[in-house]
Amino acid sequence: MGVLGGAWDWLADGANWAGENGVWHRLAEHVYVSGIALAVACAVALPLGLWLGHLGKGGTLAVNVSNAGRAVPVFAVLALFMVSPLRSAGYLPTVTALVLFAIPPLLTNAYVGMREVDRSVVEAARGMGMSGTQLFLRVELPLARGLVMTGLRSGAVQVIATATIAAMVGQGGLGRIITTGFNTYNTPQVVAGAVLVALLALLVEGALVAADRLLPRHPSAAR
Amino acid sequence: MDGRNCLVDNDWFCWEYVTSRSRELADATVQHVWITAVSVLIGLAVSVPLALLARRGRRWAAPVLGLTTLLYTIPSLAMFSLLLPFFGLSAALVVTGLVLYSLTILVRNVMAGLAAVPEDVREAARGMGYGPGRLLWQVELPLALPALLAGVRIATVSTVALTTVGSIVGKGGLGNLIAPAVNSSFKAQVLTASVLCVLLALVADLLLLGVQRLLTPWTRAGRARKAATSDVPVPVPAEGA
Repeated sequence: MGVLGGAWDWLADGANWAGENGVWHRLAEHVYVSGIALAVACAVALPLGLWLGHLGKGGTLAVNVSNAGRAVPVFAVLALFMVSPLRSAGYLPTVTALVLFAIPPLLTNAYVGMREVDRSVVEAARGMGMSGTQLFLRVELPLARGLVMTGLRSGAVQVIATATIAAMVGQGGLGRIITTGFNTYNTPQVVAGAVLVALLALLVEGALVAADRLLPRHPSAAR
Repeated sequence: MDGRNCLVDNDWFCWEYVTSRSRELADATVQHVWITAVSVLIGLAVSVPLALLARRGRRWAAPVLGLTTLLYTIPSLAMFSLLLPFFGLSAALVVTGLVLYSLTILVRNVMAGLAAVPEDVREAARGMGYGPGRLLWQVELPLALPALLAGVRIATVSTVALTTVGSIVGKGGLGNLIAPAVNSSFKAQVLTASVLCVLLALVADLLLLGVQRLLTPWTRAGRARKAATSDVPVPVPAEGA
């Protein structure tokens, strides 16, 4: 295929990697924005989801946040931010949108993970005289870990995808390589940018799967 | 019209925008609806055979589930761009991308639905002389409907949202109105198109809920409790957006 060869040539050309619009700078922007957003989203959503799950309250909230997150287009939210005063606040509009869309999978999975811990195990732990904190730290959290990690992966994938769409409203990130390619009718560049974005997403997903496997497991969580 | 024009003032809410551009808004909405509908229908038509293939055993299930999950990981802008050499700037490009995304949700839900058919029901049908084809169409698929339709609802809502990204090739329904309005800072147009998008997703979800109730009246007895659990997404990798 001519286009695929062209995309390869584009990627092989060192000039496309250097400078303000080069791959390295765009990649750095993408990773920077995504990293901050994921950290903020985790700091907000994980404690809240785990706590609600521990209490067994707020299930409708967790579910509705997730459903609402699905119905709202990322592109629309980014566009709304970019026509608001936020537009002149650097990376802030992107980061805010990324945080908003990373929260639903994190919150819902943390909540569902806590709720799906076998009730009889929880009862048994209570019967052994465990306090609420002990129960949370030594029983519920280790058992909920699988779904919490799934939520983290979903959140990360969502963040990478949203950061790409940010390019459509003129923000930085790897998506800019794609949008610039569209604006200049340069199909090889569009495809090269898409390959880079897809690789980044797959790499992050793969790294999180590997991290989940490598991290030591609580002995009681072996199921 | 009290001497003040909201279009000139670039207000967020502007009824005059809605009335003066109603034609444009209607056209974009129609495009949005048909792209979404076609994508979900094709996705459904593809996911049923894939789910049937996947339940033949682990040898098929692993690649089918692995591949559909992998597709979900790819950001939508990249997905549409990767399809560009094959489809050019066309609606087929957007539909193909959306179909690929819908597979992740639909295949899983069709599989879950088929797995939920009680084995003794299958036995009884076979005992009555049902062949594999008739068993599938008249027994298994109808019994799999609740899970299948739950999947269609989730897929439709996320497809409505994802369609907007199609504006990168000029086929994004309401997204086509958002893209130029960002460049010109046209607040009313961005807000109106965004609100219409969310409304479209809500209306589609409610309509499908109605369809679900009409087609599966037997699930209503235990609905109160079921609804609470079935709305929790099967931990699918989040919206590919």
